[in-house]
Formats: sequence, structure tokens, C-alpha cells
Amino acid sequence: MTNIERCIGCYSCMFACSRLRFRVVSLAKSAIQVKSAGGIERGFVVVVCRACVDPPCAKSCPTGALVPRPGGGVIFDESKCVGCKGCHEACIVGAVVWDEERGLPIICNYCGFCTKFCPHNVIAFESVGRELLV
Amino acid sequence: MTDPSLYNVLYIDLTEGTYEVQERRDLFEKYLGGTGVAIRLLEEECPKGADPFSPENPIIFAVGPLTGLYPLASKTVAMFKSPLTGNLGESHAGGRSAVAIRLAGYGAIVIKGASKRPVYVSIFNDQVRIKDATTLWGMRSSYAVGRVLREVEPGAGKRTIMRIGVAGENLVRYANVVVESYRHFGRLGLGAVFGSKRLKALAIAGTRRVEVDDFKAYAKVYEEIYKEAVRTEVMSKYHVLGTAENVLPLNAMGALPTRNLTQTKFELAENISGELLAEKFLVRKMACTHCPIGCIHLASLRIAFAPGHEYETLIIPYDYEPIYALGSMLGIGSAEGVLRLIEKVDGLGLDAISTGVVMAWATEAYQRGLITDKETMGLRPNWGEDVDVYIKMAERIARRANEFYSALADGVEVAASKYGGLDFALTCGGNEVPGYHTGPAALVGFLTGSRHSHLDSAGYSIDQRALRAPMTDEEMVRQLVEEERFRNVLTSLVVCLFARGIYKLEVVSKALEPLGIVLSSEELLKMGSEVLRAKASFKAREGYSPHKLRIAKRFIETPTPLGKLTEERIRNMIKMYVERAGLSDVYGPP
Repeated sequence: MTNIERCIGCYSCMFACSRLRFRVVSLAKSAIQVKSAGGIERGFVVVVCRACVDPPCAKSCPTGALVPRPGGGVIFDESKCVGCKGCHEACIVGAVVWDEERGLPIICNYCGFCTKFCPHNVIAFESVGRELLV
Repeated sequence: MTDPSLYNVLYIDLTEGTYEVQERRDLFEKYLGGTGVAIRLLEEECPKGADPFSPENPIIFAVGPLTGLYPLASKTVAMFKSPLTGNLGESHAGGRSAVAIRLAGYGAIVIKGASKRPVYVSIFNDQVRIKDATTLWGMRSSYAVGRVLREVEPGAGKRTIMRIGVAGENLVRYANVVVESYRHFGRLGLGAVFGSKRLKALAIAGTRRVEVDDFKAYAKVYEEIYKEAVRTEVMSKYHVLGTAENVLPLNAMGALPTRNLTQTKFELAENISGELLAEKFLVRKMACTHCPIGCIHLASLRIAFAPGHEYETLIIPYDYEPIYALGSMLGIGSAEGVLRLIEKVDGLGLDAISTGVVMAWATEAYQRGLITDKETMGLRPNWGEDVDVYIKMAERIARRANEFYSALADGVEVAASKYGGLDFALTCGGNEVPGYHTGPAALVGFLTGSRHSHLDSAGYSIDQRALRAPMTDEEMVRQLVEEERFRNVLTSLVVCLFARGIYKLEVVSKALEPLGIVLSSEELLKMGSEVLRAKASFKAREGYSPHKLRIAKRFIETPTPLGKLTEERIRNMIKMYVERAGLSDVYGPP
């Protein structure tokens, strides 16, 4: 997140994520979430995986479906997930979006596609040391 | 085929407190959506001669096949019988409304009947609830209504909350519906129709998805349109200064209606220009859902309300039209003044253009002695001299404070019919005039356009082209008809009209193809003509005739940049329009 106060709330990033990852048009299926900060005049909150080096979501996973990713963040193995929602609750920024339809978490895979559709450069895709930030 | 959720029409009956969903593939396959589908639903649902304030008058919202799928397909079309003009009511708004309706699983929503007590309707996917709004009724500001519903309704950030102000409750015939605080179904009185149904608000949110036939092709076309929108100059003016950019150029060419169009140049235009507002007051730009442009300009205004550095800070949206109507038309030459008046008018839920034109007439009528302190309840309007006079006047209109203000609340034509001064009561087809005294094309466009709006056929652009290279009246009319047909294609998709430079017909065809809709440019234009014709038929059915239009003398007396107009010339151009648009059989002989 580079310039959150510049967000105009167009949701193009969310549509980009759902388009690439899920091949659907949806605001529910996106690893990046734009929310109102409480009344449009106050601007927006953009929630996306911070690629923690020691990710709480992975630590909360009882089956090893989420494992830390070299360089930060996590890798998700859908076949091992039992849908306990532990990861969803463990992420205090709310970046583990819950896919109600499939009963699975939506985990950012750090592809950076969303950043190509931000008209105001609110989000950028960059590598910072060991930590990968979107 | 396109995603079938678009075919779902949600019918809500406020009298019975019931709802049902019907699949209307027939309508969407033929007319795409938006304007095209809404006019057919209006024909079906609105009985001939219905009182606009009776339960019989339906409220229709429609989106289209591009909604949710492509950038700039961000608008919702509303249709109803207008309590202001007595014929077609059509108004468009963006905000979160269009994508919310589509992702809730609908292509259109029809609201019929009337509730006995104040209610609001909450739609979340397939859950539809009619809820008590007693506590919201009479609330001083439409902003406050949004603040309450924001806390109790689902879908934060992605939902739409449409609501009316006290003007709508009191059936002011040009009351609007406020959407997401800063966007509006502004024109022709949708807010009053809400009020007549005791419908205070409508909250819509959804979590559904839209399926696409050929996803690969869709994603490709998406990227092309997105890039064109953000990386080229086609749309930059809407983002940079916004529509307020128009103030200075229109003033320079002598087309900025000032002091009830007694003048077309405003000596204080610089003070209310887009440039000045951007430099001194602009604090944030915002977008409708799925629009990467962000034309919504929000100003911040700090007002001292007591000694000792006591301040309140207002966030106020501004655009060209409110600046014209609540600025130059009233002779208000300070940005602070205009912003304060916009904030008041929005909060009351009044249409800015109609309110400004009505108050401009009232000012002139007061100066000419047609009305006195008795009628105005002591207010002494004197152009820009005192903004507070206009703030109070707007409040009194919204509350229909006495017989005079009640007449103002019925529109400037009603007021002038009662108190005199029709020659300077500035309506076209019963609708208060937008701010472009550019020449014959604009005026003929306002008079003939199905919404009597600058957005119907954009005659002001044609006039400006004619300024650069002279044009015959025939050519102007030809361009008006062509533009109106094209715009009815865009508003059926539904694409924002600001994106008209991007969504050329061949781009529209290309965007529709991955959705399984194959239509050539010619077929699209043919559909646009049919939609226009259907709207004209509804207007004619409800008593509108282009041959019986009142043309206020002021439009003729005040010269345009293209010279002084004559009534004969305008009437002749109207005749040409009817023929050219192929509507002679609809409207009958002159």
C-alpha cells in the first residue's frame, strides 16, 4: 500500500483479482478488498495481504494447508484445507477473505495483477528486502 | 448468451408489502437493458393518464449487460412518470447503484403501490425487506439519513443507499434522490415520487457474480477499454477539473446564463470556476463503482460558527450544473457562497438545476414587483447580495412554507402562471433549463430531447462546432437526432455518457461479443432509434407535443454566441427534428 489517501474507490483492483484468479466478475471473490472508511468523504481502506515474514494465518492452520512462503507471505494448498476459518480469524488486518460459496479462504498469491488496474497508484507491487509488499 | 441474472426483474409492491421476481428475457434480449428495458417496463406498468403521485405510478431502475463487467458501465437508469412535466421521467445516477443492483442479482427493479407509513426497502441478494422508516421521516438532511442506514444495512463500501430529503417527502415536483451522499437521480422529480409512496430510502447490496461466455476474449477487451480510459486524453478533463471546467469557456464565449439569463457573461465567473475551486477547496476525487476516472470532485469548506475559533467543516460535491444554477444564475460570485448553497440544496433533496432556475425567476419577479415581501415571507432576494436569502428560500420551497413557496415547489412554470412573468420563466418542455445558452442546437435539444436535458443530444457541442465552422439548421438537427440515438444505445448498456468518446459503436459491439451478444453498429443504432421512439410514444401518450411547446421570450431576447435566435427559426427546427427522427406519426402534424 503506497498512497491510500489517493484511492478514488473505483474497485478496479478487486475486479482485476476476481477476473484473473477466479475468472468471474465479482466483488466477493477477490484477495484485495476496498472498503469505505466510514462515509465516502472519509475515503477508503484497502486491505490486502502484507506478506508477513512470520504469518499468523499459517501458524493458525491445523492441517498445513497454509505454509510460509520464502520471502514472506503464505502458500495455500487447497487440498489440505478443512475450512476451519482459523486463518480468517488470525489475520487482524482482514486480508484472509472468506469465500462463503466454496468454504475456503481466498489467499493473495502476490501476482501483482491488481496493481496494473489502479488509476491512482494507490497500490504498487514491490519487493522490500525479505518482505514482499503489495 | 449473457448471464441470465440480468433478466431478473424484481417487482416490489409497497401497498401489499410483497415482492416477486420475474424472468424478463424477452425485454433484455430485445432492448439490452437500461433505458431500452426501462421504457418498456414503464409502458407496461404506468396506466395512461396516471397521476404521478398515485400508487399507480411505478418507479423503475434498470442496469444493462455491461454493468459490473466493464469499466465506466457505472450508471443506473431510473424511469417514472414525472410529476414536473407530466410525461416521461428519466434520470440517471452512478455511485454504487449500478454494480450493486447487478451483483444483487437483478437487471431491473420495479416499485409499485404506496405504503401507508414511512418505509425503506432493503435488498440484499434475494432477501427483500420492507422496513419501518418512521424515525427517518422528516430528518433535516439527506446526509443524516445515509449515516443512519450505513450502520444498519449490510454491504459496507459496495452498497447503494438511495434516499430522499424533506423536499421529496413534501412532494416538491423537482425533488431528487440522493445516492451515496454525492450523486443524484437529479432531474424530473424522482424524489417526489418516492415521497408519494412514503418510500424514504432504498438500500441495495449483493455478493453474486456474473458469468461470462468467452472469458478470455472478455478480459482482453476489458484491458483495451481500461487502457484507453486511463492512459489517453479522451477522459482526462472529467478527472482533472471535472465538469466545473466548463465555467470559464462558456463564460468567455458568452453562453453562461447569468441572473436569470438577462446576461450570458458573469463578471465574477473566475471566483466560481473549476480552476479556483480545484486550487482552493478541492480535497478529494472519487469514482462510481467500476469507473477508473473519478470525476466526483469534493470540496471542503471550513465555516466559523462562533467566536473563539469554532469551526464546522462541510464536504460538498460540485459540478458545472450546480455552479451555473446556484451560482451565476443567482448572481452569486463567491465559491463559498455557491458551495454553501449546494450543500443546503443537496441536504434538502432538491434538484440543483431546477431550484436555481426557480429562485432566479423569483428574484426577477420580486424586483419587478410581481411578488412582494408578503409572498416571500420577508425574504428580499437581490442576486448575489446575500446567499443566506437563497438558503432560506430553498428551505421554504422544500417545506412548501406558504402558498407562494408551494407554487415554487411545483416548478417555475406553475409559479409564473400564477404570479406572472412567464416570459422569463426558463423551462423547456416543463423542465427548468440547463446552463448552456450556446445557440439554436442547445435550445432545440432541450425542447425536443426526451428528458429535456443537456444530456439528451448535447446541442451545446453542436453549437460550439458551428462557432468554428458555420452549419446549416438542417445539419444541426441531423446531428441532434444522430447524437440522441447514439446516446440511447449507451444508456441501454448502461455506459456513463462521459465515456462516449471511448464506447464508440464498434467498441460496444466488441464489448458485447464475449457476452454472447452479437450486434453490429447499424443494429445498435437501430435499437437506439427504437428506444427513442418508444420514449416519444410515451411522451405523446401523456400529452406532450413538440408542436405546442412554450418558448420563453428570454431565450430569444438574450443573444447567444451564434447570434440572436428567433422563435420562428426554433419552431422550424423542431419541425425538422420531428421529421428527421421519424416521429411525425407519433406526434402528429404541427
